[in-house]
Amino acid sequence: MSLFKLTLKELQDSFTRGDASAYEIARAYFLRVSVVEPKVNAFLTVNDKEAIFVEAKAIDEELKSWRKTLPLMAMPIAIKDNICTADMPTTCGSRILGEFTPPYDATVIGKFREQRFFPIGKTNLDEFGMGSSTEHSAFGPSRNPWKLNYVPGGSSGGSAAAVAADECVAALGTDTGGSIRQPAAFCGVVGLKPTYGRVSRYGLIAFASSLDQIGPITKDVFDAGIMLNVLAGQDPMDSTSADVPVTDFTRAFKKKDVKKLKIGIPKEFFAEGLDSEVEGAVRQAIEEFDQLGGEIKEVSLPNTGVAVATYYIVATAEASSNLARYDGVKFGHRSKGNQDLLEMYRTTRQEGFGPEVKLRIMLGTYALSSGYYDAYYAKAQAVRSLIKQDFDQVFEEVDLLVTPVTPTPAFQMGEKIEDPLQMYLSDLYTISASLAGIPAISIPCGFSQNGLPIGLQIMGRPFQEEIVLRAARAYELVTNWRKKRPAIR
Amino acid sequence: MTFETVIGLEVHAQLRTQSKMFCGCATEFGRAPNSQTCPVCLGLPGSLPVINKRAVEMAIRTGLALNCSIRSTNIFARKHYFYPDLPKGYQISQYEEPICEEGWIDLNVNGSSKRVRICRAHLEEDAGKNIHANEGGHSYVDLNRTGTPLLEIVTEPDMRSADEVVAYLKSLRDLLVYLDVCDGNMEEGNLRCEPNISLRPVGSETLGTKVELKNINSFKNVKDSVEYEVKRQTKVLTEGGTIHQETRLWNIELGQTAVMRSKEAAHDYRYFPDPDLLPLSINDEWIDELRGTLQELPQARQQRFITEHGLPEYDAGVLTSSRELADYFEACVKQFAEPKTVSNFMMGELLRELNQAGTPVESSPVSSERLVELLKLVHNGTISLKAAKEIFPEMYTGEKSAAQLVDEKGLQQVSDEGALEHMIQEVLKNNAAQVDQYRGGKETVLGFIVGQVMKASKGKANPQKVSELLKRALSS
Repeated sequence: MSLFKLTLKELQDSFTRGDASAYEIARAYFLRVSVVEPKVNAFLTVNDKEAIFVEAKAIDEELKSWRKTLPLMAMPIAIKDNICTADMPTTCGSRILGEFTPPYDATVIGKFREQRFFPIGKTNLDEFGMGSSTEHSAFGPSRNPWKLNYVPGGSSGGSAAAVAADECVAALGTDTGGSIRQPAAFCGVVGLKPTYGRVSRYGLIAFASSLDQIGPITKDVFDAGIMLNVLAGQDPMDSTSADVPVTDFTRAFKKKDVKKLKIGIPKEFFAEGLDSEVEGAVRQAIEEFDQLGGEIKEVSLPNTGVAVATYYIVATAEASSNLARYDGVKFGHRSKGNQDLLEMYRTTRQEGFGPEVKLRIMLGTYALSSGYYDAYYAKAQAVRSLIKQDFDQVFEEVDLLVTPVTPTPAFQMGEKIEDPLQMYLSDLYTISASLAGIPAISIPCGFSQNGLPIGLQIMGRPFQEEIVLRAARAYELVTNWRKKRPAIR
Repeated sequence: MTFETVIGLEVHAQLRTQSKMFCGCATEFGRAPNSQTCPVCLGLPGSLPVINKRAVEMAIRTGLALNCSIRSTNIFARKHYFYPDLPKGYQISQYEEPICEEGWIDLNVNGSSKRVRICRAHLEEDAGKNIHANEGGHSYVDLNRTGTPLLEIVTEPDMRSADEVVAYLKSLRDLLVYLDVCDGNMEEGNLRCEPNISLRPVGSETLGTKVELKNINSFKNVKDSVEYEVKRQTKVLTEGGTIHQETRLWNIELGQTAVMRSKEAAHDYRYFPDPDLLPLSINDEWIDELRGTLQELPQARQQRFITEHGLPEYDAGVLTSSRELADYFEACVKQFAEPKTVSNFMMGELLRELNQAGTPVESSPVSSERLVELLKLVHNGTISLKAAKEIFPEMYTGEKSAAQLVDEKGLQQVSDEGALEHMIQEVLKNNAAQVDQYRGGKETVLGFIVGQVMKASKGKANPQKVSELLKRALSS
């Protein structure tokens, strides 16, 4: 079996045993990228192959005397291009960053480097994470490996597509309102958004600071556990990272059932607008949880209906502030030939930002403006508290919540690009967990009639990723959706 | 119509932390441009701020010294504007919820006491500096100062004259220096002040339209600019004009203020809580701990120097102008219980040498022990005060002790009665006429006779002893 078809766990085992060398792994993946990348366009930067080969040979040489490996050693992992890497440009899918290569690594990249992983490349995204399809990338969209005229979702569409197309064994994504989970669902892979504060944001280029979280996109749930083991933990460089003990998340996989777990089905997530094929697949999955020993219970999250509106005020307000630093003075794009400072600011930002980013900067600026702050930003924060309370209350009754990830499977390229509201509504089911800061995973739970993957979302209490992972793994072991792979070659 | 001047002050004090407000970069003044920077203070994408605990402690200690209440939950907010020296496009500051609120400072202005209320003091980060080259039309940005912690201290509009403003500012500066939280140097820009000035008819309770002054970098500028602005506003109002709410720049060369920006051009800063920083909790335990570390404040110490050491108010004021100076004084008095003698010598001789050399008292080459040794020699009559003043500069520049220098220079006073008696008899014999005058009742002539004895001793006789012995000899 080709090395690139393996899961992270399988590849790790093979490497640890010595069946596959680091060099063989590196070669297999770069070859795979060269074959499928022209069709998928998952990457904005593919790393220097030769540099990785040198590192691979060095690893192989060192391991000759004593085969002591690390969990992510020699694992080819793709990185969303809004996570800072000192050896590759970090563009956020935006022209405003130009050829910007950060002088530093994000904390998570530092952790991965300690394990000597292979940073295979930087993946495409909607500009600054603002979008649900990668069509808002300044460098062209990525494509869904299942059907190339369909979007891979977004904003971590490049990462999800790269994992689905076997261009990497796993990837890092980031999630602000569903940006890991929605593309994972569209591409038939696993995407985990950890609890806000679980993973350091240092070096993640901010879209909306109070919502952004880094998480893994993987081929199965077990791999998500392996990745989270390295990602999780408090970081002195990030004040919002939480001082919560980190355990070995893969221990959660010992229990292969959901016995004694109460599983809530929030009725608001099954209302109008939900595609019948998606609903069917999710209802079927709920049956499986029943079979696996879970106690199924219908619950209510009454403020779900205002989540999208709340999100688009909070996120755009923070974005308008976070994106103020792109002024052409210190790094990235600077418009040429301007008469004065104000003109330089204006033309730099006019040329550097795409239309969706401009739209959101304007929305956010408005929401924070004097005289409108109370009516918009302050009110949105108040509603956000109510949404969080909904979850607090529901989690007194149940341990987990199971819902669809998206109202529909992947849509066609160009289908929603002209209609921002339709695009925003594809995040309907993922936004609540972002606002509440709770962990949520997206796993495959079936296929539509035209062969596109359908995702299942499992949400849990803050810092209870273990329970989320356990339930997700138990489900995937009895369903085997993950074993169906796209036919791209 | 006569007008009353109403002034409130905003002061920015740079806190003396080792590192910046939100990153680990050093805060030293005068380093090569952009050498004290990192991804955080450069505002590079992906970087995040972390609050400097020391800066918070300095703010709390200052707040306590200013009689403020300390807020238990602190929110840091982003203040947005575009400028090249502001790399993130926003400044992290505090907006609705400052760390210190509602305090006061008591002043003594021209002999009468005056209380200035502190409205708030909040933490924020400093911006960098834009440097405009004379040639080539280029501008440069130095971000070394970016992120340096500032405490912005805002008063209520309680001051009524330039003198009160200066008195407040001096008192605040002394306090900050005393607390070791700020260098207090206006010229170097680590203490900056912006007066808000308005006038109103005497007797009126409502505030007039205020004008904010900027670009004031010395105490003299404070006084001059405020006085100029008060005159300007008085003239405008007297002539029936109106004051516009605006910011005016003080032009040192012209001695005038000129409009910098009007209120219409004021920014909408779009303040909102910085989502990169969690609310900062300050519990009573922490506050109490810091209260315990508060040194005696300058005003209290000045008062104590008056009552405990019997110093005049002036001396006490000078000696408590810095904590180090006051510490030095008390170290001396501990070894030598003659406070006024110590005070006189410190204010005259020691401070002159220190000021000339620009040396702070804590690194004085003459330690309190060495100074006391010298003063004791005067006190026990070994040398004259004049001799002590003579050798002090040598003690200051060299290592020799007072006793060594006295020996080398033979400055010991002759106090031995036998030797003095001998000289006195000689003088009396040679000045019989004056002796007769004295005995005839012209006591003023004694000074002349003493002078003759001193002359005979080549200035080494102890003058007190001489006049004592002379009186005895003359009355026999």
